[in-house]
Amino acid sequence: MSRGSFTSVARGLAWRNIHNWFTNPTLIVPSLLFPLFFFTAFAGGLSRVDSIPGFDYEANYTTWIYGFVLLQAATFGGVFTGFSVARDFESGFARRLMLGATNRGGIVAGYWLSALVRSATTITVVTIVALIAGLQVTGGGIDLIGLYVLAFLLNTVAMLFGTGVAMRLRTMQAGPLIQTPAFLLLFLAPVWLPYDLLTGWVQAAAAVNPLTLVLDTERGFLVGDPTKVLPAFLVVLLLIAVTVLWSRGGLRSAERAA
Amino acid sequence: MRHVLLLAQRSVVRTLRQPAMVFPSVFFPLLLLSINSSGLDSATRLPGFPTHSYFQFAIAIPFIQGALFSAMSAGTNVANDIETGFLNRLSLTPLRRVALMLGQLTGILALGLIQAATFLVVGIVFGDGLAAGPGGVPVLILLSLTISLAFGCIGAYVALRTGNGEAVQGVFPLFFAALFLSSMSLPRDLIETDWYRIVATYNPVSYMLEGIRSLFISGWDGEALALGFACAGGVAAIAIAAASMALRTRMVRT
Amino acid sequence: MSDAAIETQGLVREFKKGPRAVDGIDLRVEPGEVYGFLGPNGAGKSTTVHMLTTLLPPTAGRAWVAGHDVVEDGAAVRATIGAALQDAALDPFLTAREHLRLQTALHGMTGAEARERSGQLLERVGLVNAADRRVGGYSGGMRRRLDLALALVHRPRILFLDEPTTGLDVQSRSALWEEVQRLAADRGVTVFLTTQYLEEADVLADRVGIIDRGHIVAEGTPEALKDEIGRPSVEAIPQDPEDLGRMRDVLSRFGEPVAGSPKGVAVRLAGGDAELAEVVRALDAESIEIQELQLHAPTLDDVFLAKTGRSLEGEAAAPEPAAA
Repeated sequence: MSRGSFTSVARGLAWRNIHNWFTNPTLIVPSLLFPLFFFTAFAGGLSRVDSIPGFDYEANYTTWIYGFVLLQAATFGGVFTGFSVARDFESGFARRLMLGATNRGGIVAGYWLSALVRSATTITVVTIVALIAGLQVTGGGIDLIGLYVLAFLLNTVAMLFGTGVAMRLRTMQAGPLIQTPAFLLLFLAPVWLPYDLLTGWVQAAAAVNPLTLVLDTERGFLVGDPTKVLPAFLVVLLLIAVTVLWSRGGLRSAERAA
Repeated sequence: MRHVLLLAQRSVVRTLRQPAMVFPSVFFPLLLLSINSSGLDSATRLPGFPTHSYFQFAIAIPFIQGALFSAMSAGTNVANDIETGFLNRLSLTPLRRVALMLGQLTGILALGLIQAATFLVVGIVFGDGLAAGPGGVPVLILLSLTISLAFGCIGAYVALRTGNGEAVQGVFPLFFAALFLSSMSLPRDLIETDWYRIVATYNPVSYMLEGIRSLFISGWDGEALALGFACAGGVAAIAIAAASMALRTRMVRT
Repeated sequence: MSDAAIETQGLVREFKKGPRAVDGIDLRVEPGEVYGFLGPNGAGKSTTVHMLTTLLPPTAGRAWVAGHDVVEDGAAVRATIGAALQDAALDPFLTAREHLRLQTALHGMTGAEARERSGQLLERVGLVNAADRRVGGYSGGMRRRLDLALALVHRPRILFLDEPTTGLDVQSRSALWEEVQRLAADRGVTVFLTTQYLEEADVLADRVGIIDRGHIVAEGTPEALKDEIGRPSVEAIPQDPEDLGRMRDVLSRFGEPVAGSPKGVAVRLAGGDAELAEVVRALDAESIEIQELQLHAPTLDDVFLAKTGRSLEGEAAAPEPAAA
């Protein structure tokens, strides 16, 4: 493997990951199926809950759930990329990368690019299905840009977090440690009902969960009435800053072991 | 009979020696129950909702989720036996296929019993108890074990048919779909989306959920219990037959 | 009913949409013999073993083990054989003692008899200290030893070992060889051993059958097979590489060329090892200085090469089709 620059390493690795993902049914199918399952189950099975007094949302329940599933697809796109990193270390392929890349930051960038493409694909599929199912988008162009940019920023957070864990543990046993925090963060938020209709400890958790803010903003973009846009972006950018440091630490750990 | 007991013992020991399989199969359903019951408690305000506590409604779900984990555990154990050649070793002994099958089933039931007991205790301690009273406990356990057996044998069938653990893992999304496309989140008559309600009506998992749920909420609902047992028993019978046939092909001996 | 320990007539195994893995094998193994079944990957060794141990029905032909037909009398065959197949076939969550307890019980031993037999076997294979540890933590050599112990639980008259030392270190391999030799010598057990290692077949086997692409291409004692090829080869490396051509001309007078080092010349001596002195004199007469001179006795690889045109060592054939 020739010793390439940051860009060529990133591009090469991204191509390899994306190619593997698209050509390997065991990788692509779960990534597409799970968000669709959740969307179908929640939008289809729970749609009646939007008639609970206090459920005030300008669009239908399908749209409400789409906001969540969009973030879920973005987050798990990053999480699954973390799995890929762990798998690469376990198989020894990562050692090849570490030896071949002059600028090892290109490795993380390569995984990041592939995470974006994976998420974009999943989000596209979910969006098409949601539109068929009655998704009501009344937001304008700027709102839609905001909607998807925020989602992809969250994807970056998840990917950096997952990469940091995977590079530290360097085995597939990192899987649950990557997946569980992401899962909890997603589900301890107003998934099915607005914050005010939550009860018990989940409401308390949602109050401090940064994803609550992001989810509210996403749902606002969908109906063209976003609230707390700046705080939502600031929170996500802060999370990116933290996870960049986290993944850099992971890279250092992997370099020491290589 | 002795061979059945031997294989059963091995199956149980093996299961219990894999805490990575036992713990998540109990812990995750309870975690999800906790999240769901807090997150959706307001759904009980819907007219026609059968109980004032979403926890009481949702406690049936872990019993099914636990059974799904059993399916993966059983399937993975059988696949390991095939991949390592251990099944060949057993084939070279006087062991009969039926003993092997019954032995495997015992492991599934052991895990199912741990799960059922745990979920029952949680349901009693954190919920409104069992409306069917103490007499409902053996019925609940029996129904739960039948459900575990049904899914466990499906997992074993997949492993015997394909001979590898990856195929068993690949079946998980189907189980997942079967659970979600049911009356898991709302009673069937409150499901607004027509196609969803129709799928849930034809999905045997709905009746398994409703059978367990009836013991917690309404007490002795003969129809719900009969349908729950019929669906669980029916799936179990088909799965056992399929797994037995697959074992005959897999454990080929002249 | 055959009085041989193992006998086959025209044994064939064909897989659906696949090759004939075993294509008409006739062999006969006498009671108490150690029979080495030697061949490269994909030759049909494991498939043959699976048929003889009743795990795979033949497509055509017949086979008898301990006098019982493998198809019609499978249960009787299984009662008289032990097998340690290619995979160590162990449950990683059980201990060695638990494996033996299960195996003894499956063979109808109970209580004190089972415990005594388990103890004997653990001692025999050197696993007493590790008996209560889970097999998942065992080394490759330990697994193989336990595998052998399990195959011997019911004191079989015939033992099938399918590549028993593949992947083992030298020490573990020697230990296993010793055990196989002891079984055959002390207890008169018939051993059918498949291997891809020449040395293993050479050391252990009373007779060797060489299989290639589903056919037996040679059979006999290792010495007889090598004598059949007969002649040793000499390999010489010149001090000055420029002399290589002249060396080749000289040596070609003594026999046909064979594969050797690229830096030297190797020929099979038509007149046997007595010609070695003549070779040295001929090279000296041409003033060719010799850096190295070696005399190689024929090996089983030479036998394989003579029969198939290919070398067994370094053979990179396709893996054997799955036996189920």
